[in-house]
Amino acid sequence: MMRTRALLFFLAPASCIPSVRAEQIQVFAAASLTDALTEIAPAYEAASGEKLRFNFGASSALARQIQEGAPADLFISADEAKMDSLQKAGMILDDTRQSLLSNALVVVVEAGSPLKLDSAQALVQPAVKRIALADTKGVPAGVYAKQYLEKIGVWETVKDRVVPTENVRAALAAVEAGNAEAGIVYKTDAAISKAVKIACEVPAGEGPDISYPFAVAKESGNPEAARKFLEYLKSEAALAIFRKYGFIIRQ
Amino acid sequence: MRASEWEIVGFTFWMAVIATVVILPFGVALAWFLARKSWRGKAIVETFVALPLVMPPVATGLILLKLLGRKGPIGGFLHAHFDFDIVFTWRAVVAAMAVMSFPLLVRGARIAFEGVNPRFEQVAATLGASPLRVFLTVTFPLAIRGIIAGSVLAFARALGEFGATILVAGNIPGKTTTLSVSIYSDIQLGHDTDASRLLAVSVVLAFAAVWISEWLFKRSAPSA
Repeated sequence: MMRTRALLFFLAPASCIPSVRAEQIQVFAAASLTDALTEIAPAYEAASGEKLRFNFGASSALARQIQEGAPADLFISADEAKMDSLQKAGMILDDTRQSLLSNALVVVVEAGSPLKLDSAQALVQPAVKRIALADTKGVPAGVYAKQYLEKIGVWETVKDRVVPTENVRAALAAVEAGNAEAGIVYKTDAAISKAVKIACEVPAGEGPDISYPFAVAKESGNPEAARKFLEYLKSEAALAIFRKYGFIIRQ
Repeated sequence: MRASEWEIVGFTFWMAVIATVVILPFGVALAWFLARKSWRGKAIVETFVALPLVMPPVATGLILLKLLGRKGPIGGFLHAHFDFDIVFTWRAVVAAMAVMSFPLLVRGARIAFEGVNPRFEQVAATLGASPLRVFLTVTFPLAIRGIIAGSVLAFARALGEFGATILVAGNIPGKTTTLSVSIYSDIQLGHDTDASRLLAVSVVLAFAAVWISEWLFKRSAPSA
């Protein structure tokens, strides 16, 4: 089966050129949502007959792609700033914008690490030579982490040890691979990895307000289907999956 | 251009210089062997050397990451015994550049060696010169322009290295950020004007390098 399909790709060039078909919903979503959305997708596809296609990445990169005309139907950002910039540019349907989810920041270390980090302040200890963060210049997870480190007054001390990564999952991967002693990621990212452990969690109320705005893209070729999927994401079935991965449902 | 941008340009330039200097002895030696000797399995060596030229740079980067990372065979050894890290440091920038530009150096140098008439070498040998002396006083001087041309081309390739660099060295401002990585991240973050300034610099550097290399190749042809 696999083999015939693979063969087909080489014999029928037209079959492998992606076409923008109406029944496909292109979802551009923050990297931290990868696992939750991937789990939500099959049930929705089965029930609606629509096909979902995901483009996961740093919200900053996705916002950029949408601005340049990438074919997105639904955009889910990990911070309000990226959605604001798209709204200002007139790239989203304003009435569809809503913030459904929240998250928390955690400090992670490799699973076998002997490091004791009972609070983010402990990152100043010299044994932490490298701290993986999503790029603090624009990727939401990095922006949040920097805000928090500034707030607790350790940013100046640790900023030279920061390894900025492309998105939050890449920061997680750097800690998993042992190439950084510690990292700051979302709680939901830490939860999916067996190779890292949570050293400490930023207490609720002390960290930055992490917010995931959702909106249908103005240039969507299929705004009705995108709206329906967005509604579905608010259904109990979908929220249960978000909760399972550790997301906080905003009221 | 801002000071930080000049810093990036200077950093990239020097990293490319170091990478080229590091591969030079190995590249020249290998080129000479490929040009003058034949042995069983030579084709395999030739293919291996050419691989970084045709493999997706990101795939090469992944191999380097696995080898040089703290859990990799090379990186793990250096970290455990010497507390020496490669990944996410400037050394990773050099490693990525070196591996990616090695084939270009070998190609250039090999063509140069093949262009040296073996008769000159035979004459020197019959006059009693040792093989090393033949190489140093006959072969190498005749091939030098081609070798330099190959090095300049390798250097130019190193300057632009992106795919492997982003994986093994990352994008640490002031530590591992190179010209190409900086252009990429500027675009990702929507800083297009910053990216265009760096773009202009890369065009100028690439133009100069290729021009010099072509000029040297042309000059080296008749002397062979």
